[in-house]
Amino acid sequence: MRDLDMSVCLAGMTMKNPVVVASGTFGFGREYSEFYDLSELGGICAKGLTLHGREGNPGPRIAETPMGILNSVGLQNPGVDAFIAHELPFLRQYDTKVIANISGNSPEEYGVMCEKLAGAGVDMIEVNISCPNVKAGGLAYGTRPELAAEVTEVAKVHSGPVPVMVKLSPNVTDITEIARAVESAGADALSLINTLRGMRIDIDSRRPILKMNTGGLSGPAVLPVAVRMVWEVSNAVKIPVLGMGGVSKGEDAAQMMLAGAAAVAVGTACFADPFAPLKVRDGLEAIALRQGLSAVSQLTGGVKPW
Amino acid sequence: MPMQQLCPVVAAERLNPYACALTLEAGPMAEQARCGQFVHIKCGHSRLLRRPISICDVDGTRLKIVFEVRGEGTEWLSHRRPGATLDVLGPLGHGFDASSAKILVVGGGIGVPPMLYTAKKAAGEVHAVLGFRSADRAMLLDTFTAVCKSVSVASDDGSLGYHGFVDAVAREKLAEGGFTSVLCCGPKPMLRSVARVAEAAGVPCQVSMEERMGCGVGACLVCTCDMKDGTRKHACKDGPVFDSKEVDWDA
Repeated sequence: MRDLDMSVCLAGMTMKNPVVVASGTFGFGREYSEFYDLSELGGICAKGLTLHGREGNPGPRIAETPMGILNSVGLQNPGVDAFIAHELPFLRQYDTKVIANISGNSPEEYGVMCEKLAGAGVDMIEVNISCPNVKAGGLAYGTRPELAAEVTEVAKVHSGPVPVMVKLSPNVTDITEIARAVESAGADALSLINTLRGMRIDIDSRRPILKMNTGGLSGPAVLPVAVRMVWEVSNAVKIPVLGMGGVSKGEDAAQMMLAGAAAVAVGTACFADPFAPLKVRDGLEAIALRQGLSAVSQLTGGVKPW
Repeated sequence: MPMQQLCPVVAAERLNPYACALTLEAGPMAEQARCGQFVHIKCGHSRLLRRPISICDVDGTRLKIVFEVRGEGTEWLSHRRPGATLDVLGPLGHGFDASSAKILVVGGGIGVPPMLYTAKKAAGEVHAVLGFRSADRAMLLDTFTAVCKSVSVASDDGSLGYHGFVDAVAREKLAEGGFTSVLCCGPKPMLRSVARVAEAAGVPCQVSMEERMGCGVGACLVCTCDMKDGTRKHACKDGPVFDSKEVDWDA
């Protein structure tokens, strides 16, 4: 077998392979550690954190849709301090990069969380400005370039040497506008896409399935939207992109990387198959070998547009 | 420890016009299964989410599940025949504690099947109260009769046994005295009524909750259950079985 370098670099953070698991789909890793060694993963984006613990939205929080799901969890989490005290030491047992994902109600909250997490020694901070399921903060910051830039600046100031990646919402007219604003504000990387807002209605009860009426769409249904947005953003900025949205096999990950992603995240696919991230990695490796590459990173940006 | 396995279907039967039973060769998954736990089954390639189905019975390495056709996923599952293979995650969830001396198991509708293995695993004396919408929906009565000291049946329309809901029958059974625990599975309004009856009788009650589920293992946090203390727990990992006094029945 030819030698293939599976490692990739995302904003100075070297990962053993390009596959990370997406925030909100993998908890803090404990559940899936019962299925396989988490050290197999390039990285883990931990469940989204807020400054204080949250119980999240009332149920039902999930609805199945054609090749996708809608969710409205609403950032249920134990809070950043509990994460640092109880979850980070668990994740640190594994040889994988730990990316903390944060949402705030104000730029100040983002700053406080960044300071705590940088001090606790996470490998990267993913700033979520795109959660469609909470009223305050979240998506409000992700749809207005000036607010997105403000949050990014504050996060950077409080993160010290820890790279800051900003997670973008697809629920905008022009995602490159936000991407450029965030890059100018000092972001080290971008991750995209978060979920697309959607709705499903029970025709007999005439009630939406989700108690919050609307939620975020993810799964294979969103892959082409995600690939398009990764492509647009990669062409618009110089900082690296973590591509996500519907990736469930090696070919999907290869598309993301060809569109410009330096690495890919697997999320909803874990619900159907806990081993999905490892299968994506293996599928990607097989594709790179078949194409005669010496490094999987050679896929990044390799699309040849008409 | 949960596992993912490809399980051959070894038997498929109809228990009534609505309920299907599949027996799976599940190896170590069956051996580890405890009463009140569930398995999470992939229902074909076009549906993303698995379907959580409670464990009805375990015999060595064989695991029996019973389900009703509710939608596309269970429709697909109802067409599986011996020789088919299912992608199964399990055993999952926190099940019943059946260690008490004199147990009343209460099942309603599709909540009846999981009470069978629970009755079988009970350490002490077991009595059952089973409720169905109508006589044509009844199932597993002979098996319960073989396992339990008494079996009382109720139907919503009076076509079988007591005309009414299981909570009325459960109240009468508990009045006989000596019961040390009530274990219950069924629709939420039924769980609530039975929990009230148990509380009035001063008998601890465990309830198995059903919620729309995602990952099934506790990572995605969608199958939320409101607790009295204001927290939101998750049916797949904290449950499906909860102490009835923990649950916020007014949520």
